[in-house]
Amino acid sequence: MKIHNTRGGRIFDAANYVFLTLIGIITLLPFVYVLAGSFANEAEITRRAFFVWPEQFTLGAYEYIFSTPSFTKALITTVLVTLVGTLVQLVLTVTMAYPLAKRGLRGRKLILSLVVFAMVFSGGMIPTFLLVKDLGLLNSYWALILPAAINPFSLIIIKNFFQELPAELEESAKMDGATEIGILWRILLPLSKPVLATFALFYAVGIWNDFMSPLLYLSDNNMWTLQMYLRQVTAASDLLGTGNVDPSYIPPEQGIKFAVIVVATLPILIFYPFLQKHFAKGMLIGSVKG
Amino acid sequence: MTAPVVEAKAPGRAASTPPAPARRRSFAVHFAHYKWLYLLLLPGVAYFAVFRYGPMYGVSIAFKDYVPFLGVNGSPWVGLTNFTDFFANPDFPRLLGNTLILAFLNLGIAFPLTIVLALLLNEVRLSVLKRTVQTLVYIPHFLSWTIVASLSFLLFALDIGPLFQFVNGLFGTNVDILSDPNWFRPLIVLQEIWKNTGWGTIIFLAALATVDQDQYEAAIIDGAGRFRRVWHITLPGIRSTIIVMLILAIGQMLNTGFEQIYLMTNALNRSVADVFDTYVYFVGITQGAYSYSTAVGLFKSLVGIVLIFGTNWLSKRFNQSGLF
Repeated sequence: MKIHNTRGGRIFDAANYVFLTLIGIITLLPFVYVLAGSFANEAEITRRAFFVWPEQFTLGAYEYIFSTPSFTKALITTVLVTLVGTLVQLVLTVTMAYPLAKRGLRGRKLILSLVVFAMVFSGGMIPTFLLVKDLGLLNSYWALILPAAINPFSLIIIKNFFQELPAELEESAKMDGATEIGILWRILLPLSKPVLATFALFYAVGIWNDFMSPLLYLSDNNMWTLQMYLRQVTAASDLLGTGNVDPSYIPPEQGIKFAVIVVATLPILIFYPFLQKHFAKGMLIGSVKG
Repeated sequence: MTAPVVEAKAPGRAASTPPAPARRRSFAVHFAHYKWLYLLLLPGVAYFAVFRYGPMYGVSIAFKDYVPFLGVNGSPWVGLTNFTDFFANPDFPRLLGNTLILAFLNLGIAFPLTIVLALLLNEVRLSVLKRTVQTLVYIPHFLSWTIVASLSFLLFALDIGPLFQFVNGLFGTNVDILSDPNWFRPLIVLQEIWKNTGWGTIIFLAALATVDQDQYEAAIIDGAGRFRRVWHITLPGIRSTIIVMLILAIGQMLNTGFEQIYLMTNALNRSVADVFDTYVYFVGITQGAYSYSTAVGLFKSLVGIVLIFGTNWLSKRFNQSGLF
């Protein structure tokens, strides 16, 4: 195809490339600034308006936050909640998706309709909060995991994936005397590893990033997750007019804020390449077919 | 979403034709045969019953005067009192205005920008550049609103933030952007654009890849320039995708995003920052008006449903294409 034949077309291409490159850089700049700032000393942050490389490298901010018990506790808590939560979501979703993928199973259509209905309608914030409260889950880490333990969308996508696997695989396994659970464990799960890995990553990112659940369900500051801690640290004290803040709290120096943001962002950036490998093809194909 | 329709023809359906007694007996056989599968199904079904349908039942407190020690069932019915109280409350027009202004700003600015970015990316023939830019602009979608808010707090920090200095220098002012009510909405739209414009292009890029390439060649032979090809071939080619995304966006209009707004709300900008989502939290959770705030939340969801069906109906009427 001759697309670059006109002079106007070439000018447009050049302008477009420059513009998109700028967009990419602008998207990245806040991270670069925060990363540079986290290694800079307090005086430099206050003096220089914007920089992408600190004049003097210091690890002071990191040394400080990692020696702060409330920070390390929030970090460990968040890692544990993310790991357990991801595992719970995966197990519950897979065990429910597998029977629903069996066309012969009675009651399956009814359950699927109820799942789809739950996709469209939800009880909302207050009824969910009251349920969690009535179940005695307030100030329990389970409140961050259980209320959103199965995402109806991913349930349907995984169910469709199971349905599309060749039926012969299961039939031959059944002839060899494998049970339903044996088939799921030994045949379907190994085949679905890439799909499940993708969902696990998305679940993990969701739990790691969750701010609303800890805000609603954890009132004890000793139980705070990293996102709660991050908010407390980065909002200037006069901006915290909206409740759920420790009143005895003294806002920290700028450098510490930079370092906390870096620690909260880093895991996402580390796993991002793995996410990206899958979401463009896997997620979209799955959801379109769904 | 089409899955339930397809299943109408599933073989399981055929088994329901025998007469009732035989069917009951065969259900016992069926159940015994599939007992492991039903066992596997149990935790998931229990989850949906408790955590998805439980709150739906709990919505009934919107029509009650909920008293914690009486519970959802024991609390007395009050009819539509909570709703009439809300509509009569001076907060109502303010919340509706704030929510709608933010929704229209996002719909009018962020939504078209997503399409423009997708079109520009689609014009790139240099695949390295295309992939690099895509990789970069997708990243912010995966960051929490807490991180986005924290980055904003640092970049616009009073006196020392780089963007504080840049913006105030540009307008020759000296205002605290983070607490100034006039800056609240631009800030929210800016965050939304930074976080989700890139991610939003995925669906449009997928649609753009399906546009018939032969049409472009024919148009080139007819002497159509770059912009005319985009206007007459590309845009009509992705029209149905644009309509579907627009219907979905309009259905979500009143969902301003609790986390983002909550994080950017402070004592000074409450007049413009309060929206339905955050109001439900402040009135329900922090002040304990459970029934009243549930009514507010229910009102919001009902309006959302009306909006999505209404837009779908309009779009079917004028374009013969809709979401369902």
